[in-house]
Amino acid sequence: MNKAAKIHKFYLNDKYIVLDINSGSVHVVDKIVFDILDMFEEQDLEEIILKLKKIYDEKAIKDAYEEISCLKNDGLLFSEASNLSGLTYNKDNIIKAMCLHVAHDCNLKCSYCFASQGNFKGERSLMSLEVGKKSLEFLAENSGNRRNLEVDFFGGEPLMNFQLVKDLVSYGREIEETYNKKFRFTITTNGVLLDEDKMDFINENMDNVVLSLDGRKEINDNMRKTISGEGSYDIILPKFKRMVEKRGDKDYYIRGTFTSKNIDFSKDALDFYNNGFKKISIEPVVTSEEMDYALREEHLKDILEEYEKFSRDYIDIKKKDKDFYFFHYMIDLDQGPCIIKRSIGCGAGSEYVAVTPEGELYPCHQFVGEKEFLIGNLDDGIINTELRDKFKNSNVFTKEECRECWARFYCSGGCHANAFYAHHDISKPYKLGCELEKKRIECSISILANLNE
Amino acid sequence: MKHIKTLSGKNLKDTLAKGGCGECQTSCQSACKTSCTVGNQKCENN
Repeated sequence: MNKAAKIHKFYLNDKYIVLDINSGSVHVVDKIVFDILDMFEEQDLEEIILKLKKIYDEKAIKDAYEEISCLKNDGLLFSEASNLSGLTYNKDNIIKAMCLHVAHDCNLKCSYCFASQGNFKGERSLMSLEVGKKSLEFLAENSGNRRNLEVDFFGGEPLMNFQLVKDLVSYGREIEETYNKKFRFTITTNGVLLDEDKMDFINENMDNVVLSLDGRKEINDNMRKTISGEGSYDIILPKFKRMVEKRGDKDYYIRGTFTSKNIDFSKDALDFYNNGFKKISIEPVVTSEEMDYALREEHLKDILEEYEKFSRDYIDIKKKDKDFYFFHYMIDLDQGPCIIKRSIGCGAGSEYVAVTPEGELYPCHQFVGEKEFLIGNLDDGIINTELRDKFKNSNVFTKEECRECWARFYCSGGCHANAFYAHHDISKPYKLGCELEKKRIECSISILANLNE
Repeated sequence: MKHIKTLSGKNLKDTLAKGGCGECQTSCQSACKTSCTVGNQKCENN
């Protein structure tokens, strides 16, 4: 492996930063070290002094060189790749997470919806109690020795089938003991049908809730429209405010989508913050390139600048308000996932499946409705084992572009659905998404460096 | 050290030994649903 693949260095938010790719250690360095790093593995100290003595004092170069050597000896700089060639992942085909499509119907018609206004290109339908119960049993029975099982109530809009959500939470609690499992329920909602009772139920029973809104009123209303074509902002904002106020310390995310119509999405993030929301997530739109709101190569430079701009705003806010979180700028360098999880990615199609109202299984919610990705059903389990194995074996070592990428242990190979919709091939990463992810990682680390002063 | 401040001295290779327990959260499940960011997840086995 060449030197470039061992470290990644960058300058952002007034910090020179070096990431040691294989160990995951991160260092904030001064400009001398930053410059020496380019030569360190190929040239000896004398050659380096010769090259840099016009800029830096000789003693400082020697000291910096010594510090780099120390870290290298400790395995924290220029470390070699671990041998993961024998890595076997999920050999027992354990399933531990499920996206339950309780309603293939929606009471909004958002222009960019990957679920085609809730029905995923099929008939509008609601999941029955029978299918719902069978789903939870299927998950419990196929989860081997995993204790924590995740179930997200999704749609369409899950509040359109809220009695089922309530019944399934109660059924889940009922069977937890029998199976010795713990269900972690979450829900993703557009908020239209939220009322005090639903808020209380969700706040009591859901580990996390994802609230969909796009930030500024005009941005939201341009995409997120009611069935009659009106903007939805004024209906939803007060409900989300109330929901979050009642939620107290429990987790939630207010989640927006940005498109080529709002590349200045940091304004939407700040709008969320100014409206009292502290845990936010704003995601690039997933759509085909032909749509006029799609994100394309021509937008890349502006989006990357926007992430940098927002990272500066984020540092300023974080210094005053430590409870503010942007999902993609959260990074815990010490308590993060193990190298195995970092290598295999999200687990879609193997550890994670989506269930339709009819009890069909897909590798994840974003593939629902794509018939070639139908992977099984609740009665027969996973039938298309070839497809499951394809998902299982699509990781940072098998994807050519990922193998040499410095960010591979952070995005873990990226989103299979993004790859499929960009290239019709889950093994070819979505390049635009990769560039955004790399910038978000750099921003996250530079934020930590600034907050750790 | 005068020239280098280590922000994280964790060595990912050390996680190989007891890694892969599979208890951690499915990465895109509960906040984004449209991308994959594993690096910001928590280990459930620390």
